[in-house]
Amino acid sequence: MLTRWLVAAVALFLLSAAQAQQRTLPSNVLRSGIEFAGADVRSMQSDDLANPGFLWVERGEKLWNEAAGGSSCASCHRDASASMRGVAARYPAFDAASGKVLDLEARINDCRVHRQRQNALARESDDLLGLTVYVALQSRGLAMAPRIDGPAAAAFDRGRAFYSQRHGQMNLSCAQCHDQNWGKRLYAEMLSQGHGNAFPAYKLEWQTLGSLQRRIRACLFGIRAEMPPAGAPELTDLELFLAWRAQGLPLEAPGVRR
Amino acid sequence: MADSRIIVPPTSRRDEAIEVRISIRHGMETGYRTDENGKPVPRNVIRSFACRYNGEPVFAVRMTSGIAANPYLRFFVTARESGTLDFEWIDDAGARGTAQAPVKVA
Repeated sequence: MLTRWLVAAVALFLLSAAQAQQRTLPSNVLRSGIEFAGADVRSMQSDDLANPGFLWVERGEKLWNEAAGGSSCASCHRDASASMRGVAARYPAFDAASGKVLDLEARINDCRVHRQRQNALARESDDLLGLTVYVALQSRGLAMAPRIDGPAAAAFDRGRAFYSQRHGQMNLSCAQCHDQNWGKRLYAEMLSQGHGNAFPAYKLEWQTLGSLQRRIRACLFGIRAEMPPAGAPELTDLELFLAWRAQGLPLEAPGVRR
Repeated sequence: MADSRIIVPPTSRRDEAIEVRISIRHGMETGYRTDENGKPVPRNVIRSFACRYNGEPVFAVRMTSGIAANPYLRFFVTARESGTLDFEWIDDAGARGTAQAPVKVA
């Protein structure tokens, strides 16, 4: 009798452990942010010339092939369309050398500093956005598939905690809008599910391309919460959680958003 | 300032109206904004844009602060003969940008 209870308890524990990594949104309701956008924004994103993000893609492509400190990205990685395909879909990812989870921007800067021996590019600079979006474009259409096990697990858990924790004067968590109320109106806006699969994206409000971190900071500003500085580990952790939460959605970078 | 992207049909028939699309990277600063210190940011928009077809003016725009950043223009030109489209624009700061695109009439 006792063993049967024990088996049941262990089974229950294992089940709840498995449930701990269950998606916050089941895959059958998963919707990219573009589905919440109007027809004008959708057509802008789907047309590669009308999409202003491609101005940054071209800049990134030029930088990719331009030597910085004796070597260019292309000197090692060659043709980005082959070597970078699928890379953005796996980011943020754990980097063994630095022992940290890095997002794509941080990974590119890490390469610049340690391989090319150049200064790191500033977050939200046109050069860093250009390189990031150029690399991300090579994975367009591929499903988001970050790794959250092994050394990335701690960062993932911190990201998940940040997501479900209430922040700021409005005392709101990310989940309250993006898990529980997506599809409803918040003034003139429709609440999306809060996926980052289109970033770096051209925000019409910003009149420029911006990173996912900038978008997250804007959300935190909106709920009157403290904004971690660009590149802060909290933001990278949250990016990892968001990437996992959006797993299965196709990458859209460069996306267009209102 | 030279960042721009152009799409012109690779080939066209004689006397056909061809669609020309150009997107130019420019901040189009309205002049209505202030910086972090409260100082007004001076207006800097692409003041004028012109397109010449084998030297002859075929399209021109005067822009003001009402045009969004990174303007995207789409217009039609009648393909009379093979040649080049020359685009030229100038902003309030005096920076000039140019671009070219070939027209092939079959």
